[in-house]
Amino acid sequence: MSGKYKTPLLDELEKGPWPSFVTEIKKAAKKSPMADDELGQLEKSYRTKRGYWKHGGIVGVLGYGGGVIGRYSSLPEEFPGIAHFHTVRINQTSGFFYTAEALKMICDIWDKYGSGLTNMHGSTGDLVLLGTTTENLEAIFAEYSSRGWDLGGSGSAMRTPSCCVGPGRCEWSNIDTLDITYTLTQEFQDELHRPAFPYKFKIKTAGCAVDCVAAIARADLSIIGTWKGNIQIDQAEVKKYADAGMNIQAEIVEMCPTNCMSYNGTLKINDAECSRCMHCIAKMTKALRSGKEKGATLLVGSKAPIVVGSLLSWVIVPFIKVDAPYTELKDMIRKMIGWWDDTAKPRERIGEVIEAEGMRSFLEAIGVPAQPQQVKEPRKDPFFFWEESDFQK
Amino acid sequence: MALPKRQTDIGPPKYDQFIPPVIKKNYGKWKYHEVLTGGTMVHVAESGDTLHTVRVASPRILSTETIRDICDMAERYCEGYLRFTTRNNVEFLVSDKSKMEPLLKELKEKKYSVGGIGPRISNIVHTQGWVHCHSACTDASGMVKAIMDDVYDYFTTKELPNKVRLAVACCVNMCGAVHCSDIAVVAVHRKVPTINHELVTKVCEIPTTVASCPTSAIRPNPKEKTVTINEEKCMYCGNCFTVCPPIDIHKPDEDGVAIVVGGKIGSLRTSPKFSKLAIPFFYNEPPRWPKVVAAVRNILETYAKNAKKHERVGEWIERIGWESFFKLTGIEFTFQHIDDFTFARDTFRTSAAFKY
Repeated sequence: MSGKYKTPLLDELEKGPWPSFVTEIKKAAKKSPMADDELGQLEKSYRTKRGYWKHGGIVGVLGYGGGVIGRYSSLPEEFPGIAHFHTVRINQTSGFFYTAEALKMICDIWDKYGSGLTNMHGSTGDLVLLGTTTENLEAIFAEYSSRGWDLGGSGSAMRTPSCCVGPGRCEWSNIDTLDITYTLTQEFQDELHRPAFPYKFKIKTAGCAVDCVAAIARADLSIIGTWKGNIQIDQAEVKKYADAGMNIQAEIVEMCPTNCMSYNGTLKINDAECSRCMHCIAKMTKALRSGKEKGATLLVGSKAPIVVGSLLSWVIVPFIKVDAPYTELKDMIRKMIGWWDDTAKPRERIGEVIEAEGMRSFLEAIGVPAQPQQVKEPRKDPFFFWEESDFQK
Repeated sequence: MALPKRQTDIGPPKYDQFIPPVIKKNYGKWKYHEVLTGGTMVHVAESGDTLHTVRVASPRILSTETIRDICDMAERYCEGYLRFTTRNNVEFLVSDKSKMEPLLKELKEKKYSVGGIGPRISNIVHTQGWVHCHSACTDASGMVKAIMDDVYDYFTTKELPNKVRLAVACCVNMCGAVHCSDIAVVAVHRKVPTINHELVTKVCEIPTTVASCPTSAIRPNPKEKTVTINEEKCMYCGNCFTVCPPIDIHKPDEDGVAIVVGGKIGSLRTSPKFSKLAIPFFYNEPPRWPKVVAAVRNILETYAKNAKKHERVGEWIERIGWESFFKLTGIEFTFQHIDDFTFARDTFRTSAAFKY
């Protein structure tokens, strides 16, 4: 069944040391006529420099409004195997941890019902199964859900939350990113599976400001671990870094953005001036540890450029305690989403609505006071609103 | 054959079923880690326990055959435990240090690429491209393969001043983190879309289509039950195509890619930054986009040669100034580089101090 197509252009992409996606599609094509037709159509795209996929149609499983993205070839007669080639999003585990046993089970089911091609993982975080037909969707869902795996989010809904490796394997994590992500995913199951929002809403959780999950750039709500209190210094380890050749003055002290450090054989930090950027801790991980009072900064609004420009998330809550069962965090998220849901036009992300409505409207709706940590600088213009409540003060 | 009973709203299985005993025991109690080689590291817990990690490249599109092969190795050397990174690498979680050598040997024999840790290039975050997206204006996977083949040494062994995060997005929707990457490629259109009026009348909702345009270039044409596009205002974002497919934005001979640079996500030293335009256009040249590959290498090597230790690409450029960036890289500065959209006024120079 495989090898139906000659693929001279794609074959060029099997050369060189980096692992080849063409080889992966060919491997799948040995068993799946769908994957073989995918290969044929892709070769054609390489020849003509355009894609041949139609817009997603509405497909899914009973009771859910998302988790499956319809995909159809625009050349179904030429490539009948991919006339339907839908995506199934499986909600990944927190931190992308798996056992071989679980992954093999996922593969067995996928080989039975789909193309045998996957994305490990999709951009939002889901384990993506690439290519199946409409009539297989219910069976796929029954097989996975009966074994404890659910679909991820799609469309105008809560999207599958995602996080960094966190306390699972990182000394820098200030918060339990894995547990927060698992808990929030469970909390918002209805919002995740049944799109009822103005547009998508993504939550990403990073354990520290290094932000290995790109929370600050790719999530409507970015939860980033931080601390209060002094950075803990092990001077013996500082000395070892110096002895091993680190130029502590140039690499640490002079690269500190707040100039709050000094070094003359002993490292000193003026913690009141520290902005908790993570540079010194990341470069001297054996010698420095974050302060003992842990929490998170909540930032809101980041998105890609469609359509009037990219946004990075803005600081909304400078410091919030995030310990199980995360009641305060959940309440805050519900307030944020509630305001957005009430205020947004269709296809408007929360960051865009904050810009349109004004930050004050958002902050008051969620009960957060104005704080200097929320801005880079105060406004420059003299045009500011006064509300009745301001006159009462 | 009867299907098993479906369950709904169960969410993902809890992570604690998938973490090795050494993580369970030392959860949240890691003390430090050391990068051992370009693709291996060890984490040491307060208890003294250690966990070794071997990071391996993946093309992100994986066949079940390859996943099974990875799983077999995880069973042989890691009691079955593995994970993926946010940049789509595979990580073998090795609790027993003596298993490192045989694992690395098998990976080498099977030509897996070990790397991506430390001040290096990690895997390129990218989008679906022609492989599986209706909106793609280039192929992400092919370009990623061509770039990574070229900069391969910076994944496996060679060091850079700091890590360099690459991304490829196959259209301006940017399903990857192109907008905040050190060096990234984004596919762009350059021509006003072509309207199939007959189909627009049949399948599109006119108010939604009009509202989709960020520059108000689309006007309704109620008489003909279609829309018109003001060519002077259109900046080819393709958002109209997303809501109304008969407005075809694709022009295979005029579409191509731009290169953006200087973005970052972490708050270390300087604030997170957006990527900014370095090179406005290259034609699509499948299968290996040689000009794009050469341009990425040029920017990467100019950075490697000129940046201070620990400076990211964007921090280096801000220190030397963009005028110096264009001079050092030899990249031509054009009208396309000067912003005329949402954030334009913040980008114009307001100081009499600058370099030549």
